[in-house]
Amino acid sequence: MNYWNEKMETMPLNEIKALQLKLLRKLVSEMYISSKFYHGKMKEAGVKPDDIQTMKDVSKLPMMKKTDLRDNYPDKLFIRPQSEILRYHVSSGTTGKPTIVGYTRNDIENWSESLARAFVSSGLSNKDVMQISNGYGLFTGGLGKHYGAEKIGATVLPTGTGNTARQIELMRDLPVTAIACTPSYMFHIADECERMGVSIRNDTKLRVGILGAEPWSESMRKKLQERTGILAQNCYGTSELSGPMFTECTEQKGIHVWGDLCLMEILDKNGDPCADGERGEMVITMLQKEAFPLIRYRIGDISSLEWEKCECGRTHPRLQRLSGRTDDMLIIRGINVFPSQIEDVIGEMDFLTPFYHITVSSVNYMDNMLVEVEITDDALTDDMIKMEKMKREFDRRLKDVLNIKAEIKLALPGSMPRVEGKAKHVTDTRSYE
Amino acid sequence: MSSEYLIKQLSVFINNEPGRLAQIAAALKECNVNMKAFNIAESSGFGVFRAIVDDPDKACAELSKKGIVVKETNVIAIPMVNRPGGLLDVAKIIGDAKINVEYGYAYMNNDEASFFFRVDDAPAVIERLLAAGIKVLKEKDI
Ligand SMILES: [Zn+2]
Repeated sequence: MNYWNEKMETMPLNEIKALQLKLLRKLVSEMYISSKFYHGKMKEAGVKPDDIQTMKDVSKLPMMKKTDLRDNYPDKLFIRPQSEILRYHVSSGTTGKPTIVGYTRNDIENWSESLARAFVSSGLSNKDVMQISNGYGLFTGGLGKHYGAEKIGATVLPTGTGNTARQIELMRDLPVTAIACTPSYMFHIADECERMGVSIRNDTKLRVGILGAEPWSESMRKKLQERTGILAQNCYGTSELSGPMFTECTEQKGIHVWGDLCLMEILDKNGDPCADGERGEMVITMLQKEAFPLIRYRIGDISSLEWEKCECGRTHPRLQRLSGRTDDMLIIRGINVFPSQIEDVIGEMDFLTPFYHITVSSVNYMDNMLVEVEITDDALTDDMIKMEKMKREFDRRLKDVLNIKAEIKLALPGSMPRVEGKAKHVTDTRSYE
Repeated sequence: MSSEYLIKQLSVFINNEPGRLAQIAAALKECNVNMKAFNIAESSGFGVFRAIVDDPDKACAELSKKGIVVKETNVIAIPMVNRPGGLLDVAKIIGDAKINVEYGYAYMNNDEASFFFRVDDAPAVIERLLAAGIKVLKEKDI
């Protein structure tokens, strides 16, 4: 099987662009009528649906930001009634409030279609068994890939996260040929396999990894491929877009972004479009989403787009490796973490001062986040049981809010550096080289 | 009246890094602080060095001046006999009185020994110990 949807995947570029314009105009008209939020934004910007006549006019449209999602919690940006919504997913937002996304039947269908194309482009088919080691539940990773894999008729092994030893046993005992997880978890599996005396090359049939939800590098890919013998495919998507949506094809020259589903702009500092291959801020319009449409969403990632036709025959543009964030969001073990969330929890604890520092590091390719925070002079006591109690209270609350475990150190009054500006609260020592 | 039985202890807080304890010891020496008993405890981020000294107020001020995080903590001291079973006697007294000890440590000097311990509500515990006829040490007894 070469393509899942050959006609769409190999559509000539001018036709893709014409289709994008048609879909964009339809989307903008619907948003103007149905979305109170976006109607207001368009009025403020002085734009009417009829002003969108060519693709260049997209720049007239107002942008959406992460804070818009937060301000419209939980579902004020949905333009379909609950009766048409089949599912919610939830991810962490910039403050204590999470981001809630919703899907109509068509939204789920398009999401699965997007991944079906992606999986086939990665060399998968109904002859494959895919172990899905992404989180199921509120996180989009597990269920999204599950539906995509089922769509192409692959056999799904829905292991979810955790219990690595059992995951490896199943991988060895069943004819598992593909795995979906984060790149760091794949490294962890490789380590555990070594410890258990299981050779991925000889004792399993694994040949493809669909790896995403956190940034990684070409050199990590190279290492992983050399070590395990699998084709390590980069995957991109966030819950706002639906979930994981796009992957590379077997050429591994960038992630094919399906133009009929997603209009991706790359903008420079002045908000002008970047040239092909030039890095800039990614701004995303989801052209066919129904329940929770996104127009010109500033997703916060920085990368570039290649429009040249791929050697695989696909005409859709290819997204290159992410090279940073426009905000201070951290991705820890595939989970979005904002320093502001940690700040909020610190603020809730009357025994802590606002002086803190976050150190992110990579230990055997697994992310580790250390939160050091100063205790108040009043709360400081030489009773270590009381100190441990305070630490545990902070630890538990932080885990509830972030959904991941952090390493916590209470620091002595006056011992943390006094810094101004958010970025300085974080040291990220992870190296992807 | 139970306050005269409160013993002032220095609680010196130190980051868990090599050389910090030596720094504290040097500072105490510089300030001419004479230590009668001490104990060290550790938590995840930092340790605490607890000490019974000659002039706790002066020591506290001097150490603070050097930028060292230090607090005065009230503890209770009861005499202990320096022989096998000495600790058991003390433990029995404390246990029988149903006192919840946060931490405790001993100081030995030939036949004389004292047991220092910290409780949540020290004045009430002192009343109970005295009422039970147990000898509680005052600062000048140490
Ligand atoms: Zn391709």
